[in-house]
Amino acid sequence: MDYFDRFAVPHPSPAIYASMVAIGLTMIAVVAGITYFKKWGYLWREWLTTVDHKRIGIMYILAALLMLFRGGVDALMMRAQTAIPDNGLLDGQHYNEVFTTHGVVMILFMAMPFIIGLMNIVTPLQIGARDVAFPRLNAVSFWLFFMGAMLFNISFVVGGSPDAGWTSYFPLASNDFSESVGSNYYAISLQIAGIGTLLTGINFIVTILKMRAPGMNLMKMPMFTWSILITNFIIVFAFPVLTVALALMTMDRLFGTQFFTMANGGSDMLWANLFWVWGHPEVYIVILPAFGIYSEIISTFARRNLYGYNSMVISMVAISTLSFIVWAHHFYTMGHGAMVNGIFSITTMAIAVPTGVKIFNWLFTLWKGKIVFTVPMLYSLAFIPIFTLGGVTGVMLAMASADYQYHNTMFLVVHFHYVLIPGTVFAVLAGFTYWWPKMFGFMLSEKIGKWSFWFITIGFNVTFFPMFITGLDGQARRMYTYSESTGYGPLNMLSFVGAIGLAIGFALIVYNIYWSTRYASRNISNDPWDARSLEWATHTPIPEYNFAVVPTVASTEAFWDAKKKGFKLFGGKVEKIHMPNNSGVPFIMSCIFFVWGFALVFSMWIIAIIATIGIFACMIHRSFEKDHGRYISVEEIEETENKLRGAK
Amino acid sequence: MKELFPRGQVMGFAFSLVLTLVALSVIMFDLSLKMGVIILLVTAFMQAALQLVMFMHAGESEDKASIYTNVYYGLFVALVTIFGTMLTMIWGYQ
Repeated sequence: MDYFDRFAVPHPSPAIYASMVAIGLTMIAVVAGITYFKKWGYLWREWLTTVDHKRIGIMYILAALLMLFRGGVDALMMRAQTAIPDNGLLDGQHYNEVFTTHGVVMILFMAMPFIIGLMNIVTPLQIGARDVAFPRLNAVSFWLFFMGAMLFNISFVVGGSPDAGWTSYFPLASNDFSESVGSNYYAISLQIAGIGTLLTGINFIVTILKMRAPGMNLMKMPMFTWSILITNFIIVFAFPVLTVALALMTMDRLFGTQFFTMANGGSDMLWANLFWVWGHPEVYIVILPAFGIYSEIISTFARRNLYGYNSMVISMVAISTLSFIVWAHHFYTMGHGAMVNGIFSITTMAIAVPTGVKIFNWLFTLWKGKIVFTVPMLYSLAFIPIFTLGGVTGVMLAMASADYQYHNTMFLVVHFHYVLIPGTVFAVLAGFTYWWPKMFGFMLSEKIGKWSFWFITIGFNVTFFPMFITGLDGQARRMYTYSESTGYGPLNMLSFVGAIGLAIGFALIVYNIYWSTRYASRNISNDPWDARSLEWATHTPIPEYNFAVVPTVASTEAFWDAKKKGFKLFGGKVEKIHMPNNSGVPFIMSCIFFVWGFALVFSMWIIAIIATIGIFACMIHRSFEKDHGRYISVEEIEETENKLRGAK
Repeated sequence: MKELFPRGQVMGFAFSLVLTLVALSVIMFDLSLKMGVIILLVTAFMQAALQLVMFMHAGESEDKASIYTNVYYGLFVALVTIFGTMLTMIWGYQ
């Protein structure tokens, strides 16, 4: 029995046993359901093997929504635990695991895939391309991310979750202080998902640089595409640092090396340093696409072109460069001299300048606009003041000497939630609502959408604002309980109430999807929002080749010009289209990656070696495979176009 | 025959082997940390440049401009990461 002991959760509780049963039952139900409705073939042909950027994008978003709820339940548990002083709902160990997985899941398995999903669906359409540059690689990216996320998620029922915080600082995350396999899960599942993200980065840089429609030079790209280009540059240059850091961590934990130990020449602080060399650019990876989404939405619903296009681009480039030179502000208190802290204080404050430029550009876009208050626009409007509050507290934290007071208090926690929730979560919800009709051919209910918007916005502020106060009063982050004499009780209770409001808001989004799927009108145009960029110029549902004729572009808002000024978007005639074939290899290889990761987590070397061989076999297969894609004939295109009501 | 022999490539290959050997000298001889790091940095960047230009033909396509922009940006990030880490972990540490 000893062999199986390590698979047991080291710190079980009734909640975990209940989740085990729930996960088991759900899996049985899913498998039984698919078999009963005979959907295995459909699933395999249309989704598991697809290389279509639109379908991959939808799968990313589905996975992200699932993870949103997983991370959200973690958040609710934390708020419930701290709602009253000396609460016994969760014990210390359990609380550690919950806040660790909350952080990892929300950043890496919710925010990132949500953004990558939207970028997958929208970017090729906005630049008038038929697909991304490397469609097969795109499928590999998705499945690697998905398997990484699943590997991370099974940790809490098999072997125990990581408990060293999402930053996983050493020496706490070393074998000496984290004995369970939890931190192995962290190192390996992030590694697998990280490879997928890195591949996405390369894929989209090439797509945007090489596959734009004729006439669209870099300064005529829509703002969302610009933000995606810059984001992917950051991905390509920041993620290798994480890859290396996680590899060193894996070696420390599995093979007894001494990179991050405190003895034998190792340096525990080097982990924190490398983590944040990646970690700070990562913040901008999730925020810049959000800026792009807001730029599109604000310009569409203010019925004006975007104010200050050039300054928007320049400030994003400036942010991307500055994002690489500020990382040490995450550990001012670690013991550097005044010079280091001074340098990083100044670079950090400098980021507020380009960000401020963007805020003012949005305000000037709104100025004298005929604003339409749709759900995406509401999120965008709420974003501006709330994000500014987050930004201003960021400048407070940037002051190294003052940071000694705020460091690791709830004040910090609220700062980054005030930046990330309006910055990223509002943006992906806005983008999701905005592009939903393009993805699925009907609109989400505005009425339910507005209800969820108000629940989320008010709930968010009620949850987090009180923590500014408790944070300044000294409530530390990651503290699982506190005594009544501290006086944090009432405000934390208020936070919990707000968290329930947030939960209702997110539940309403799910209800909205359900309701709209059943009752929403399918009779909408290809351009229901009267928008400006190319993704609205094609049919809904989008044919697999996106555009029957590649559009020609002459300004940043080619589609708007086509609608209002009679600009001719589609000049050429229909020709046969070259498309990539589907492939099951990305899925199979990623499944092997999952097995490989699981084997490494539990040090099962033989399985790990076999899986490694399997991964290489898949890559060799790809190298020798002769797959030149296929052509869609002119007749077939014309038939599709006619079915979608008239070729243009 | 002379045109067929890839003289540049062979010399480039030999040079990259020399660079590898020089980098190896850091552990073969008893060098100070400072000296070792300098040798590693110089040989690493030369090696990367050699590989990109000579064997990955960075300068030979029409995308020259975007490829070099990428390389310079990568160079910037690499230098910032290395020297920033030295700054926070060694030079500026109290």
